Amino acid sequence: MSTKPSILPKDAAAAEGKVNVQINGTWYRFPKGTRIADACNSVGAHVPCFCYHPKLSVVGSCRMCLVEQGMPPRLAPGATPTYGEDGYQPISWMPRAIIACANTVAENMGIRTTGKLTEEARRGVLEFLLTNHPLDCPICDQAGECKLQEYTTDYGRGTHRFTENKTKKGKNLSIGPRVNLDQERCVLCRRCVRFMKEVVGEDVLGVVGRGTHNAIACYPGTRLDSNYSMNVVDLCPVGAMTSKDFRFKMRVWFLKSTPTIDVNCGTGTNINIWTREQQVYRITPRQNDEVNSCWMPDDHRLNYKFINAPERLTTPLIKTDAGAEQRPTTWDAALNVVVEQLHRMAPAETAIVASARMTNEELYMVRALARQLGITKIDVVPRKGVNDGMLVSEDRNPNTNGAKLVLGKTGNGLATIRRGVRNGSIRFVISLGEDLTSEEAGFTPEDLAGLDYLLAVHHTENATTKAADVVLPSVTFAEKYGTMINVTGRIQRLNKAIEPIGDSRSDWAIFRELSERLGCDCVRVIACPSPMMVLEEMAQEFAPMKGLTWGNIGNAGKVIIETGVTIPLIERSKAKN
Amino acid sequence: MSAITYKPGCEPHPRETRRIFRNIDRKGYNPSIACFIKDGGYETLKKAMEMEPSAVIDEVKKSGLRGRGGAGFPTGVKWTFIPKGNTKPVYLVCNCDESEPGTFKDRFVVHQDPHQLIEGMIIACYAVQAHYAVIYMREEFPEAAKIMQKALDEAEEKGFLGKDILGKGFDLKIVLHRGAGAYICGEETGLINSIEGVRPYPRIKPPYFPAAIGLWGCPTIVNNVESLCQVRQVLMRGAEAFAAEGAQRSPGTRIIGVSGDVKRPGYYEIISGSLTYGELLYDICGGPKRGRKFKAIIPGGASAKVMRCDEVLKGRNPDGSVREMSIFDVPLDLDSIAQHGSMSGSGGVIVMDDSRSMPKVLNNLNRFFAWESCGQCSPCREGNPWMLKLSTRICEGKGSPEDVDLLKSVADNICGRTVCAFGEACSWPTQAFTTKFRDEFLALTKPINALKPHSDETKEARKFLTRED
Repeated sequence: MSTKPSILPKDAAAAEGKVNVQINGTWYRFPKGTRIADACNSVGAHVPCFCYHPKLSVVGSCRMCLVEQGMPPRLAPGATPTYGEDGYQPISWMPRAIIACANTVAENMGIRTTGKLTEEARRGVLEFLLTNHPLDCPICDQAGECKLQEYTTDYGRGTHRFTENKTKKGKNLSIGPRVNLDQERCVLCRRCVRFMKEVVGEDVLGVVGRGTHNAIACYPGTRLDSNYSMNVVDLCPVGAMTSKDFRFKMRVWFLKSTPTIDVNCGTGTNINIWTREQQVYRITPRQNDEVNSCWMPDDHRLNYKFINAPERLTTPLIKTDAGAEQRPTTWDAALNVVVEQLHRMAPAETAIVASARMTNEELYMVRALARQLGITKIDVVPRKGVNDGMLVSEDRNPNTNGAKLVLGKTGNGLATIRRGVRNGSIRFVISLGEDLTSEEAGFTPEDLAGLDYLLAVHHTENATTKAADVVLPSVTFAEKYGTMINVTGRIQRLNKAIEPIGDSRSDWAIFRELSERLGCDCVRVIACPSPMMVLEEMAQEFAPMKGLTWGNIGNAGKVIIETGVTIPLIERSKAKN
Repeated sequence: MSAITYKPGCEPHPRETRRIFRNIDRKGYNPSIACFIKDGGYETLKKAMEMEPSAVIDEVKKSGLRGRGGAGFPTGVKWTFIPKGNTKPVYLVCNCDESEPGTFKDRFVVHQDPHQLIEGMIIACYAVQAHYAVIYMREEFPEAAKIMQKALDEAEEKGFLGKDILGKGFDLKIVLHRGAGAYICGEETGLINSIEGVRPYPRIKPPYFPAAIGLWGCPTIVNNVESLCQVRQVLMRGAEAFAAEGAQRSPGTRIIGVSGDVKRPGYYEIISGSLTYGELLYDICGGPKRGRKFKAIIPGGASAKVMRCDEVLKGRNPDGSVREMSIFDVPLDLDSIAQHGSMSGSGGVIVMDDSRSMPKVLNNLNRFFAWESCGQCSPCREGNPWMLKLSTRICEGKGSPEDVDLLKSVADNICGRTVCAFGEACSWPTQAFTTKFRDEFLALTKPINALKPHSDETKEARKFLTRED
């Protein structure tokens, strides 16, 4: 038995600032102003879109998102609306489909994303898009993640009705240093045009030609050379914009994507690493509206080649005599040598140069090691650059805030260490994840040559590892779990995309092992089985991390420190809404 | 006022009523402001500016004037769509991008009598309180642009434009903006984009209804040249007098441009609904050419659906009974023809006699629409060249009967799924031609017609392809 509700749904919804919308026969409530496409997608009634992107302005030009829509019948003057038993007005359906991207929901609106009207409309639009498309999927990089392919399986006819000659347009056009354009594959959604204009603010892309000869092109005298140009490759729903770096390297369906974060600057852009077996093939941005929206800079995106580079250190190296060559050895042997040598050091004459590119867990283990050895001279290498006004932050270290939290004050200790090395008061140096001869660290090769002992832990061969007495191979950001705190004070997770290359080991595990072999008896350090457990240990010690677990950080991260620093691009997009 | 005389050979037909075209081809008349003022010009403006702006809008609403650009939307009602409490500037745009094939009315106004348009615009701007107006003139009117610019300068000199017009404290600037030769710029939101200097892609509605979000994001009224001239007529003659004349739902005069296979093609200004298509084509235009019969009529510009002359239409008598009629019995107002599935549009009547091949006519139209599609939205961008390629193939004798159905189906897939009304404009001709003249299309698809060009059957089919005279 149904009873008439005492309060009409429309009034109940209005009290929450919402409206009632019927989608495929079920009533839902959405905030006023929600786009129909967003509303439908949020309840699982998928609406296919080419041109619509939530972060860009709406142009409504692809016509793929047509849905059937209905409203209560228009009342004659003076008539009162009638309500059914469920408290809703009857819906009279419109004979024409409307686009779901440009229209917003309204009270008592009805939407059908299935049924004859919508499906025929979509089938028709999709057929048109395929008429002049080259259908070169076998050699197209987008194949496997192409919206046109995806919707063709949903709405394609299965047969061709178009038997005429296709329109010829430009192919394999180099429109920028990192992006190639195929105008024939293009569905003219203009996402790339809008992205460059609205997000980057460089109006270099536009449409030329008329009718079927419409094509995306750069304005005369310009090139798509912005540091954000490769985002158009992600935005492109088809294979029109392709990455020169990734072209023809791998079919995307063989790739595994791992959500993690970018470590090239303090922003901590959320990314996916795409790998197959032990090889990294590409990096794409992952949406996080508080960090990087849907975008990332090109130089960060392309900075992954070092992961699989031949210069990677794959086995521990030791030097058994002064002046001798380094030779490979096993971990057990190398660690024994290190422990023996560290025992001989005078703590006052020893310094640790750590890195703000390390995760919180690694830094925690570094601190444990320093305490075990009684070393007080410890600092990280600062790294500053220019804020680009978009996503690249001034701080080019990804975890400066983590280093501050774990190691205490950072930055000025490094100069003291340099002075100590030069005046002979520091004779032993442990270099962790840094090249001491880099501009930021400021040591010279002569400084290193003058040391009595140099231990280097790094993933790639560099001047420091070459000069070191012992080298322990560690891993890159793609091979480890851990957390970092970005410039805005947000703690975020790194996930392991590939196993450590060769015999290399995770940094945190190396430091734990060393501490243990040096005689550390602190159970909280030596008994930690994983970085996740290290995090839980840290959560008990550091106030800002209170209550944190690997799980509750989530893929979006959590703000744990007030820094007052903001990300310009995010501020702009917030101001726009 | 002395009796008006016209240039020899250009005299109006006795059944015409010249109001907008009063001075077109008039003997001794030139586009100068002196000539216009001598003829009573700018008097209506003085009268209008004595009234409150809202009273002017009410007057136009009361007159029942409907837009003459093709859609026939009530002009006064359009003006009231400016949002209440609007604080942004309001703009008025005169759509002088007359490019619908078969339509030629506005060109005579801007070439021969530009000041009546300027006066109509000032009145309209006063009514909606716009202080900046644009005349968007198509690229193909280079002479008119010169004439219009001169007329604007003259009007400013005489104080009808500029600051404090007629001492009423109303300022108005009118600028002339030239198009670059695109049909789509006649679509009002495409036109607005063109003025803004970007690609004339039409905008999506909602949210970009010009009266709310138009030129530079401000409320904008877009009116056709003839509509603005009619506004002047409304104010000159009074709303009651205007409304009393002609068809009840579309009062006033209409300018009909007749082209094609008639003895006397040309432009005729008639009282709306006072004539039927038959009277227009036989009495005024002199009927078909010697030895010919009328075959088809496109009643309202190229995008209107074609009507067969031997089609039996169902008309309704005043007492409600149904009678059979032909296209020639349909009155020439805005609505009557719409009841029979076509539209009166911009008043361009294109006539075809029995020497015309309908597939060829359609192919010609398709070529136009395929070239003029702006390419913004998928169905129109890809559908138009497809229709063109299909109709070309059929005309070349290389089509199959299935291609005729496919042609119709492609048109059906465009219609109603596009950003702007171009989708309807380009698909209606194909839908109507392939439905109403299906036999002609099918005749061209028989392989025998292509293989044996001299057989009787082929000769019969070829009549659809060639003119014999």
